Amino acid sequence: MNTTYELPLDEAGYAFGFMDEYAKKEVRRTILKAICIPGYQTPYASREMPMGRGFGTGGLQLTLSLIGSDDTLKVIDQGADDSVNAVNLRQFVQMTCPGVDVTEKTEEATLIQSRHRIPEKPLTEAQILVLQVPYPDALVVVEASEARRKTMHGEADYSRLLVKLYEDLVKFDEITISHRYPTRVHGHYIIDPSPIPRWDVPKLHQSKALILLGAGREKKIYAVPPYTIAEPLAFEDVVFRVEDFRDASGNRRTCSRCGASNSFLDEFSDEADGEADGKIYQCSDSAYCDEQLARQASAYQKPKTEEAA
Amino acid sequence: MDDIILCVEGYAKQFYLHSRQRLIPSAAQVDLTVRAGQLTALIGPTGAGKSSVLKGIYRTYLPSAGRLIYTDAHGHKLDLALAGEHRILELRQREIGFVTQFLHCLPRQPALDVVAEPLVIRGATREAARKQAADLLERLAVPQRLWGVPPATFSGGEKQRINLARGLIARPRLLLLDEPTASLDSATTEHVITLIEEMKQDGIGMIAIFHHPALVERLADAVVALSPPVIAGALIETIA
Amino acid sequence: MSRKILEVNSLTKIHGTGCPLCLASTGPEADTNICPYCGSVVAAHGVSFDLYQGEILGIIGESGSGKSTVVKTLYFDDAPSAGEAVFFDEDAQYDLYSLNAAQQRSLRNKRFGMVYQNPHLGLNFNVSAGGNIAERLLMSDVANYGAIRERARNLLVRTEVLENRMDENPKKFSGGMQQRVQIAKALATRPPLLYLDEVTTGLDLSVQAAILDLILEIQHELGTAMIVVTHDLGVVRLLAGRTLVMKYGRVIETGLTDQILEDPQHAYTQRLVASAL
Repeated sequence: MNTTYELPLDEAGYAFGFMDEYAKKEVRRTILKAICIPGYQTPYASREMPMGRGFGTGGLQLTLSLIGSDDTLKVIDQGADDSVNAVNLRQFVQMTCPGVDVTEKTEEATLIQSRHRIPEKPLTEAQILVLQVPYPDALVVVEASEARRKTMHGEADYSRLLVKLYEDLVKFDEITISHRYPTRVHGHYIIDPSPIPRWDVPKLHQSKALILLGAGREKKIYAVPPYTIAEPLAFEDVVFRVEDFRDASGNRRTCSRCGASNSFLDEFSDEADGEADGKIYQCSDSAYCDEQLARQASAYQKPKTEEAA
Repeated sequence: MDDIILCVEGYAKQFYLHSRQRLIPSAAQVDLTVRAGQLTALIGPTGAGKSSVLKGIYRTYLPSAGRLIYTDAHGHKLDLALAGEHRILELRQREIGFVTQFLHCLPRQPALDVVAEPLVIRGATREAARKQAADLLERLAVPQRLWGVPPATFSGGEKQRINLARGLIARPRLLLLDEPTASLDSATTEHVITLIEEMKQDGIGMIAIFHHPALVERLADAVVALSPPVIAGALIETIA
Repeated sequence: MSRKILEVNSLTKIHGTGCPLCLASTGPEADTNICPYCGSVVAAHGVSFDLYQGEILGIIGESGSGKSTVVKTLYFDDAPSAGEAVFFDEDAQYDLYSLNAAQQRSLRNKRFGMVYQNPHLGLNFNVSAGGNIAERLLMSDVANYGAIRERARNLLVRTEVLENRMDENPKKFSGGMQQRVQIAKALATRPPLLYLDEVTTGLDLSVQAAILDLILEIQHELGTAMIVVTHDLGVVRLLAGRTLVMKYGRVIETGLTDQILEDPQHAYTQRLVASAL
């Protein structure tokens, strides 16, 4: 809870959720349209937020339009609940939405706003994931004109994106896109799934949770509705692969903190404790890492409590 | 027996030159008949319109007057002067051949393929077409070392033989020959005469212009003599 | 008799607002294609012709005659002001200008090929030569990387581009090589109809000859129907069975190519032929 600043309660004060009701209504309508046309970049009147564009204003507007006092919110930035962007956004929501609970535990949240990661723990039908999007249009790398991009989307003309993959394969023998991997939703529109790593792309496919993507600066909202097909762009004979985190000898790297070998790892430089190359690996999803640690601790403690009984 | 392939009645050709606003006569009042297996020779002085008649039949010239009734392989009659362009192209591909004194072909194609091409266009395999082309070139005494070379660099006589081989290979029903032996030595001319006689036996009808009267004597079944045309306009000018 | 593949009726393209006097006050007789009343450019008017399977049709004329306009409208680069064109595909026929944009794009990608005078219009200089061919294959839903590589390699070899330059950017290629890549790209989907717009203009004579050779070989091998736009009489003589002559947006003469060259009827064609030979 933010205890240092009280919202003024006079008539100049802000409504629940900061945005006025008309603005929220418009965003909700846009969300409905985006769900109806999976992957379609639905334009909306992105509002000024009391923070710079590019700091997650698109995601924030989605969150503020959806959140109610009975919701439990989790905010993450690159997998961590305690990094600056996450902390600031969380505090802002707490300040403007009195009564909303916040959590760091994925399973407790009803609404998760995230920058560049999808939690490791599988989401449920009761949850909504909001992703912050810097560049909503996957075609922007091959076509500068938005008018022409719209036509290309309309006609599902994505050959030039595939040419990019082709050129990648020619030059590097593999597809080098590490994040923002173009993904076809429901067999038609190709989306930029925000800068999530390839590791997270398969989580979009047949997701139980509704996934909403908001680009504040670009004024677009799009959705991967629950139980929707989401296929990363690939060739028939060159399939999509996620990061494999193998070391030089081919072994799967593990988290140096919790020991997990099934999570997306961040790489740090650490001369003292690192591997030979001075690198150290840790779960990107801090809540997942904490949970693994807690589980290990309780497994270790259990016999003791039995003894005490 | 009605074996007439082509019947030309009253063919005339004149050119109108817009730049000089003048009519230039090229041929007038030409009547001729070509029968299957026979050769009709055109004779006459230079300027009598011999080539003009062949070009009119081939539709390189648009005839100014006359009927050119051609009977096709299915027995249908049509006027070559009025037939549609696609019909003419089709006849050129399948039924009417023209051997001129000039060879137009692709710059890079070897002689053997130049000769084989008409068969390939008609759907023969390249191998079969090349085999026939080789036989023909051999008969026309074209040295084998030239077969793989594009004809652009050949001598006049060699080009002429390539051209002839190309015209003969497809065995058209009607063959137009414009001085086919003009630049050939007497030995090669004999080969050509033998080939023409064989084609007559195969039932191919021909119209030919020969530069040498002896050839007309030996090969022609009918002779049509042309004289230089005079047209009204020129006549009036002369009188004036 | 071979099949008709394209039928063009009264194709008209006017750039500008147009006025009731445009058509009457332009054309070869008026000696202009710019309407003196409204300033519109009558780029093409009343152009009609048929094209048969495997046939090469030449369109000759000087710059501004409207010859490129015709192929550009047929390739949907430009929308006509009036007229119709019907494309007879193997099992269907399409009234080109009543199709929606997506249908037009599909025909353009899969059934038509275009080779432009300027390689910048036909090639994507941000990707490799092979990538250019891949793009066209991907547009027609080929999704196998190995198959695309193989087809691109074969096409480039066929159009005499060195195989080991397949992964280079065509930016670095000579003009003749760029045209070869363009031809390979145009042929990628084995289209039954190919448009060639001044493809040899600006190339060295020996390179020109080689490209023309290639075009004829392709016609023989694949039976592709082509419309060849050029100002060069030598090109139509070598390639085209029939030829249209255009001036100030109008077709002034049409006929078998040898007839156009040896017995031209229209004063303009006579001048054109006389000045060329």
